[in-house]
Amino acid sequence: MLKQTDPLVSLTGAGLKSGGRWLVRGVDLVVRPGEIVTLIGPNGSGKSTTAKMALGVVRPSEGKAERSPSLRIGYVPQRVAIDWVLPLTVDRFMRLTGKLSQAEVDAAMDATGVRHLRNTEVRVLSGGEFQRVMLARAIARKPALLVLDEPVQGVDFNGEIALYELIRKLRDDLGCGVLLISHDLHVVMAATDRVICLNGHVCCQGTPTMVAESDAYKKLFGRRPSAALAVYEHSHDHTHLPDGRVKHADGTVTDHCHPDDGHHHGHEHEHGKG
Amino acid sequence: MLDDFFTRALIAGIGVAVVAGPLGCFIIWRRLAYFGDTLSHAALLGVALALLLEVNITAAVFVVSALLSLALLGLQKRADVSSDALLGLLSHSALALGLVVLAFMTWVRVDLLGLLFGDILAVSRTDIAFIYGGGFLILAVLAVIWHPLFAATVNRELAEAEGMNPDRANLIFTLLVAAVIAIAIKIVGILLITALLIIPAATARRLSSGPEQMAVLASLIGASAAIGGLFGSLRWDTPSGPSIVVAALGLFLASLLPVAGRIGKNRAASHSAEARRLGNE
Repeated sequence: MLKQTDPLVSLTGAGLKSGGRWLVRGVDLVVRPGEIVTLIGPNGSGKSTTAKMALGVVRPSEGKAERSPSLRIGYVPQRVAIDWVLPLTVDRFMRLTGKLSQAEVDAAMDATGVRHLRNTEVRVLSGGEFQRVMLARAIARKPALLVLDEPVQGVDFNGEIALYELIRKLRDDLGCGVLLISHDLHVVMAATDRVICLNGHVCCQGTPTMVAESDAYKKLFGRRPSAALAVYEHSHDHTHLPDGRVKHADGTVTDHCHPDDGHHHGHEHEHGKG
Repeated sequence: MLDDFFTRALIAGIGVAVVAGPLGCFIIWRRLAYFGDTLSHAALLGVALALLLEVNITAAVFVVSALLSLALLGLQKRADVSSDALLGLLSHSALALGLVVLAFMTWVRVDLLGLLFGDILAVSRTDIAFIYGGGFLILAVLAVIWHPLFAATVNRELAEAEGMNPDRANLIFTLLVAAVIAIAIKIVGILLITALLIIPAATARRLSSGPEQMAVLASLIGASAAIGGLFGSLRWDTPSGPSIVVAALGLFLASLLPVAGRIGKNRAASHSAEARRLGNE
């Protein structure tokens, strides 16, 4: 098992300069095993750059980036473009950076609800499907550190909540550290231990509630997120399972609409409250 | 058997095509066609230097192409250099420089057409040894770096983050491209090496569902083109390189025809994915 105290990755006063401009500066960040750290901030605030410095994909122009030796990382980048010339099925993509058994691949694909897409070419996936496949690929490696750059972009709202719940469950099961990037706090709130709010530098950091109530956060995001959060917290009469089925408040599980389709259309079951 | 020039050409052509196939796949996956062109044009400069210094031509071509590819890798790291313009500049400058140097050496008679378009008559036993020895080495090294190189092709940052060391794989890959150019000159000539790299790979794309399958198919398709092209070259007395490329083009066009069952299957798969997607929306 991993020691609970040693940081998996740490940035100390890290900054990156590109084309004569500081993309981000003075970032202090530590991710320990079993901890979910979320980076939030508006577009161009240096979230992805910070994650890349933590990953070692780019070397900071100032400050330090340290990773524990032979750290096993699972990474979901913000953008991956696969064009026509590259023949790549989902199954092959799952094994992109390491050997995996079929059971490991299947388990990860079940977890994000994409097993039925196994033999599909990656380029024909929809945005949401591709994000689920990327997440499945990253977790199939059983990483010690998961770095997720906007992992739910293009995923529908209910699926989004389910995926964040999955990330939290993975943290509990694998004991891995998670560095999560999101542009909105309200959905990730429940699953986050620590939030770092970026805007070219660290504006504020702390527990989600602390950050949501801080003046710096309100100045960046306005008051809307806290209102949305209240809505989210009251919508728990049913749960969408990762494979697309729906678990209702009374414990029954109903099937989804299409027999070979991992998605929910949302209107075939009763929504208790809006 | 090796006494017959045509048998030698055939053996050499098949060897080059088999090696070019998998490398060609990476060239089209990574959009490096112009890069391949630049390296092969630089090969003429290599030939000129080899004649000037009286050293082995294949070795000289490899060294010049390899140096150029390293220089390009270094320059590409600097974001302020447009690599498209840079490649165009280097590609044609190297070609022109090679031609000028050759013209200065009045004491050597060079078969320029043979250099530019390939010459089956010129394939010697030594060339075959180079092609098969070198080709085996190239494929062996490619097999070793296959996974990191493929991961880096899909997404460099992903490969880097997950410990695949993509920069090393990229560096080795460009050296392999330089090497395949060095061994392919005699068969297809400097101007058409890129075609031998990319046309069989592009043909294989339509018939494959995975990268490994595509690499093997590209080799087989390239070998077929080499055989067909060389027989055509013999029959109609055409230069070997263009004949092979024309044969490869023929195979590519044939692959567009909706006959192979495999294609039908691929179509069906993407159609059902499309239908499913539409159904979801």
